Amino acid sequence: MLLLRAIGLMLLLTMAGLTPSKAAEADLRATIAKFAAATGFSATEAVVRELAASGDPAVERPLSALAAGNLYIRKSDSQVFVGKEAGDGIELLDPLSGEETADAAKADLTKIKVNNGLRRTIRDALGTLTLRAKDASVRLAAAATMFKTPDAANIEPLDAAIAAETDPGVKTLFEQARAASVVVSDKPEADKLAAVSIIAARGDRDALSLLTSVDANGQGAVKDAAAAAIGNINSKLALWDAGQNIWYGVSLGSVLLLAAIGLAITFGVMGVINMAHGEMVMLGAYTTFVVQQVIRTSFPGLFDWSLAIALPLAFLVAALVGLAIERGIIRFLYGRPLETLLATWGVSLVLQQAVRTIFGPTNQEVGNPSWMSGSFDVGQLAITWNRLWILVFALLVFAVLLYVMKRTAWGLQMRAVTANRRMAASMGIRTQWVDALTFALGSGIAGIAGVALSQIDNVSPNLGRGYIIDSFMVVVFGGVGNLWGTLVGAFSLGIVNKFLEPYAGAVLGKIVVLVLIILFIQKRPRGLFALKGRAVEA
Amino acid sequence: MRGNFAKITKILSAGVVAAGLLASASAKAAEDTIKVGILHSLSGTMAISETTLKDVMLMLIDEQNAKGGLLGKKLEAVVVDPASNWPLFAEKARELISKDKVAAVFGCWTSVSRKSVLPVFSELDNILFYPVQYEGEESERNVFYTGAAPNQQAIPAVDYLMSADGGSVKRWVLEGTDYVYPRTTNKILEAYLKSKGVPAEDIMVNYTPFGFSDWQTEVSAIKKFGSAGKKTAVVSTVNGDANVPFYKELGNQGVKAEDIPVMAFSVGEEELAGLDTGPLVGHLAAWNYFESVDTPENKKFIDNWHKFIKNDKRTTNDPMEAHYIGFNMWVKAVEKAGTTDPDKVIDAMVGVSVPNLTGGYSTMMPNHHITKPVLIGEIQADGQFETVSQTPGLVMGDEWSDYLPDSKDLISDWRAPLSCGNFNVATGKCGGKGTN
Repeated sequence: MLLLRAIGLMLLLTMAGLTPSKAAEADLRATIAKFAAATGFSATEAVVRELAASGDPAVERPLSALAAGNLYIRKSDSQVFVGKEAGDGIELLDPLSGEETADAAKADLTKIKVNNGLRRTIRDALGTLTLRAKDASVRLAAAATMFKTPDAANIEPLDAAIAAETDPGVKTLFEQARAASVVVSDKPEADKLAAVSIIAARGDRDALSLLTSVDANGQGAVKDAAAAAIGNINSKLALWDAGQNIWYGVSLGSVLLLAAIGLAITFGVMGVINMAHGEMVMLGAYTTFVVQQVIRTSFPGLFDWSLAIALPLAFLVAALVGLAIERGIIRFLYGRPLETLLATWGVSLVLQQAVRTIFGPTNQEVGNPSWMSGSFDVGQLAITWNRLWILVFALLVFAVLLYVMKRTAWGLQMRAVTANRRMAASMGIRTQWVDALTFALGSGIAGIAGVALSQIDNVSPNLGRGYIIDSFMVVVFGGVGNLWGTLVGAFSLGIVNKFLEPYAGAVLGKIVVLVLIILFIQKRPRGLFALKGRAVEA
Repeated sequence: MRGNFAKITKILSAGVVAAGLLASASAKAAEDTIKVGILHSLSGTMAISETTLKDVMLMLIDEQNAKGGLLGKKLEAVVVDPASNWPLFAEKARELISKDKVAAVFGCWTSVSRKSVLPVFSELDNILFYPVQYEGEESERNVFYTGAAPNQQAIPAVDYLMSADGGSVKRWVLEGTDYVYPRTTNKILEAYLKSKGVPAEDIMVNYTPFGFSDWQTEVSAIKKFGSAGKKTAVVSTVNGDANVPFYKELGNQGVKAEDIPVMAFSVGEEELAGLDTGPLVGHLAAWNYFESVDTPENKKFIDNWHKFIKNDKRTTNDPMEAHYIGFNMWVKAVEKAGTTDPDKVIDAMVGVSVPNLTGGYSTMMPNHHITKPVLIGEIQADGQFETVSQTPGLVMGDEWSDYLPDSKDLISDWRAPLSCGNFNVATGKCGGKGTN
């Protein structure tokens, strides 16, 4: 969709100077007018094909408008227009020139319906039309489309495009697209063999897909060549698959780390079994939602900054709530783990229902800023930006937390209080306030984890529920009271999970991981990195 | 730790029960009203979907009262909160029937909650209206199923994908959440696809846990499965909360509807409200109602809904229409029977016909399922669905699937001489068993 729009924009720019000759324009207009009489997708598709067959670049505007669902028929005179939303009504633009002609209410217009099949047809048609576009990225997109939809008729325009192409990257893609079309054509076997080797050199899933159908439909040497190439690509892809599992595991690990790291402080360092931890994450996510809401209504230009703005606010909100919980409830319950567990469970229910009452029970939409959308390829590995940023962010949070714990006076006090409360008190540390601030810190960290998790998960009152078990698992597995243990625990659980998933399925994979952890805890009750000394006895 | 945890959840749920009992004690009212029970979760995981249904019931009851009530009496809603806790559904149902003496109950969402209340409804002989699409393989005398059976949703959806308009799909991924509805639906679909000549290696079935949020592996498996040179589609029975991360991952990994369309059975306007639908345009859903359907009845319904809920951004969806149909059917049946006595109303229900919101009439069939049109819609950039295909006529709900070996001989007919929900036509006996 975006791609089409981009193509449209590019073409607009490139064609600014071009206007079709009068006679050709009249023909095009006559064809476009047929949309009004076309009923059903197949009739519309016939008109699209007719327009595409004209080979005139001017048809790009109505076609991409149609693909985007912006082509309208005026009910009064059956004229076809490109529509643009303008307030309550729709601004009508001329389908060829793009000039504004009139406004109309939605009720006076019929939208021409499109479905996936039509969008595909239009995409293919635009592919051929945009082979000679000035912008290299448009040509790249055209080549990619033509590679996926090989057709013997494509060979001729591609030959011409290859001859005129100067960009080596685009040229390679054109040649691959040509090869794809050659293997489905009735060219001699030698040509097809050459084409198969060009496609095989590409070595990705699209090539594999194409070669599989060649293998299924081809004969003789071509079939053999395709089969050999498939074998080659598959063995290469198997390696990439392993790499992909590691990346997915690391990515899942970063999410687990983010969710668990606040708990590593409240549970790991302070020893409080905090069942409301997940709700702190949820509060962070809802803070992000509120920030984005304000930005959407008042400062739309700042949207890409929304997460940066939400971070400190989410930390504050969650930390303040955490502080209130500690001062109001938990401080009376130190040393009574069962009561703490019950009380914090109750708090979690209260917080959930409060959010449900204020924001409603349904999911709230938290948008991805542009720098967190989409993906890029490393070899055959598609890495999505949001996962990558979350990994970076998780490591950053971890580093900062480690610094605070190990290198600041406050961190020293925190560790002193948890190691030996009475000794710390007699050294003049206000243990009560250290407790409160430590709990607030853990909650605040959970809050900023919520900002990141809002990018990949539902923002609903149940958000925290999904993470609480996993968080405890990570902290217990990694070793209570040890931040490094949490890091290693999160990543190893993530990677094990993702290696099991393709073979065992997500459901069984999770069970296997749980069983492994139970066995592990039997062997080493204090987790991976057991803290030596008094802290563990508490 | 784990043992304690289980004990604690038990203590907690007991607490919730006690709180719920207190809350419903306030629902006392004057004698000359007809009480209608509403059994939808207002807290817990299912609140996200069920709260809306509670609201729409309150609106329908308000509207009926504005029209003068029923049999000269006012209707009164009794709302209870089963808190997404399946055993609590049964307790709350019992309380509605025995203590509040409701004339009928509208409620439940998940199949497990429905299964949990079934014995209560047959023991105390009351009526349940169940508004959600489900896996079939059930027909009870006391339950009226106003949502879609598999043949009113899943089968037409697959037919569409197989047609030229839908892209002549040859390879299928059946992706679902791991519980009874997706498992049974996929069993039916697998049998159906095989009966249409799809070879086993062209079908991939995969399940994920409830609330699953890390879809990277699954989406790349779908991409991999789709690169075998045949047109591929995903049929998704992924439930509720897990959908948002699923669609986000699809968008981010660049799975486009033109290449691999995803046909969903549990994604409606409500679920899309939490999503940026830009990258999802063209993915599909099969329902019996879309908010975008352009009929006067639907426009009036949406206007009333916005007025009632005081928020014109709130969407309407298929289960809401099911309650609309179910409630109107019940009103009509009560008027026909001249009493709210459940036994008489149950008999009067069969054959009752009321307008639905898509411009036709829905009729209650003898198997306690209704007739509905089936619509296939594509997701639009504004979060609505655009109907791209509609069954030519109404489709009658088929409770016992013809594609499962255990249930293909079973029929259900609750009218007088037969009066059986699982009559086996092969053996001529009542009491067959389905696949579940």
